[in-house]
Amino acid sequence: MGMTMTQKILAAHAGLDKVVAGQLIEAKLDMVLGNDITSPVAINEFEKAGFTSVFDRTKISLVMDHFAPNKDIKAAQQTKQSREFANKYDILNFYDVGSMGIEHALLPEKGLVGAGDCVIGADSHTCTYGALGAFSTGVGSTDMAAGMATGKCWFKVPAAIKFNLVGSLQGWASGKDVILSIIGKIGVDGALYKSMEFSGPGLASLSIDDRLCMANMAIEAGAKNGIFAVDEVTRAYMDGRTQRPYTVYEADPDAEYEAEHTIDLSAIVPTVAYPHLPENTHPAAASGDIAIDQVVIGSCTNGRTSDMEVAARILKGKKVARNVRAIVIPATQKVFTECIRNGWMEIFVEAGCVVSTPTCGPCLGGYMGILAEGERCVATTNRNFVGRMGHVDSEVYLASPAVAAASAITGRITVPEEVL
Amino acid sequence: MKAQGIAHTYADNVDTDVIIPARYLNTPNARELAAHCMEDIDPDFVKKVKEGDIIVAGWNFGCGSSREHAPLAIKTSGVSCVIAKTFARIFYRNAINIGLAILECEPAAEAIKAGDEVAVDFDTGVITNLTRGESYQAQPFPPFIQNIIQKGGLMKAIKG
Repeated sequence: MGMTMTQKILAAHAGLDKVVAGQLIEAKLDMVLGNDITSPVAINEFEKAGFTSVFDRTKISLVMDHFAPNKDIKAAQQTKQSREFANKYDILNFYDVGSMGIEHALLPEKGLVGAGDCVIGADSHTCTYGALGAFSTGVGSTDMAAGMATGKCWFKVPAAIKFNLVGSLQGWASGKDVILSIIGKIGVDGALYKSMEFSGPGLASLSIDDRLCMANMAIEAGAKNGIFAVDEVTRAYMDGRTQRPYTVYEADPDAEYEAEHTIDLSAIVPTVAYPHLPENTHPAAASGDIAIDQVVIGSCTNGRTSDMEVAARILKGKKVARNVRAIVIPATQKVFTECIRNGWMEIFVEAGCVVSTPTCGPCLGGYMGILAEGERCVATTNRNFVGRMGHVDSEVYLASPAVAAASAITGRITVPEEVL
Repeated sequence: MKAQGIAHTYADNVDTDVIIPARYLNTPNARELAAHCMEDIDPDFVKKVKEGDIIVAGWNFGCGSSREHAPLAIKTSGVSCVIAKTFARIFYRNAINIGLAILECEPAAEAIKAGDEVAVDFDTGVITNLTRGESYQAQPFPPFIQNIIQKGGLMKAIKG
């Protein structure tokens, strides 16, 4: 029996010819990631255990994105602690205010992750880099501490579910709608402990941003990782960008999958996940009259250049509805610059949106757009749990940038066709 | 190793945002975190939880964020063990790594009701419901993970 993509990457990093699902292994790491919330806990563990050096100063990334620019005194203490650690150990990839972006948009953009890598991050959406053909998974702060110290991490080799993509996206449908549809189909624990492996003839029609968005939300199906077969689109993105040579792994023809799903991209429609689980999906067009108070366009899921471009296309010459706050957050400084250069910034501001510096902010109810009791938000983020964006009795509806921008104009959940 | 306490029960998909809301993640201090444990799903939890108590839940406990603050808040609140039908994988790792005892056991999660007194023997994986006079068998950890737990967490295991 052959190996899946994930199993091949793990075998290579464990120094083994072959691994099987369920096997416990120790693998070498190509990148260890932390942010301003998870790094302080890891730094405390690192220091408490008495370590005095990191395994490789070039293979650690610390990104101050969640509550940065500092939202309060305690948040300031956390970035300060991370900054001091980065300086003490001369961490190469320390991204502070001014250079930082949302971590899972920033690392691929900077070429810090690439195909064939084995990456852990103390952030659940670390699974994003699977879009580039990497094995990449979220862990906790103690795993991050151990990873920084030793360059290794233990894993239970995952079984896999295969998603055979066919057809191509139509109209306003995007990667976000594909992954929401899949989570709606298999549930929030539908891929628990497993890999979600995406391949097939439909892959060619998906942009890197679509793939990053889809891999990003693999965790919302409980998956250990999401991973995409590497093709010309991936190579075109990585060539000249990745700072280390990348390695392309392909699943064996006889690789074992616990389940296989064929996803017809042509049949995907703009999709919304209603409160309070990402699996609670409905076609956006069938949403009726759900009045909203806020729209957030951004996050590690949908804060990239193409997301901004779509939002600008829909908001151009339009106005945000009365009583709706529309918050646009380009995910990195580079995306921010693209918004300026392409005139999208002007479109957003003239439409009545506020545009923020990169931050995770409202996605996790940190700051920059907290909801009051009873309020509803359409967000391009990744979670709609109880209290996720604010008050325990507020609601988050997950959608694509196209649906979010259209909804900002009408003040209710709306498909783009209605406002164009 | 053994644990015994009163059960606090929850449904499926208890996520890390309700275990410890992100608005409190501006500190890594375990005691401050524990003061808000389960706040958005069970506001009275911190008032009623006693040292040694046990959390019992359904499928996919701890889903969502990777925040280690979640098992840390539960452990520091005094909870001795979490029993669930399944755990979300990052929560599962984090609990092992920080030394919060967890057990996957569907029959126990089905049968135990809030307020039941429950005893757990981690060496055998036997969960005893002292209130109802029943017992349930949980899956023991593989030896690799038992080693991490016996060493007192991941950092001690890699140091040793």
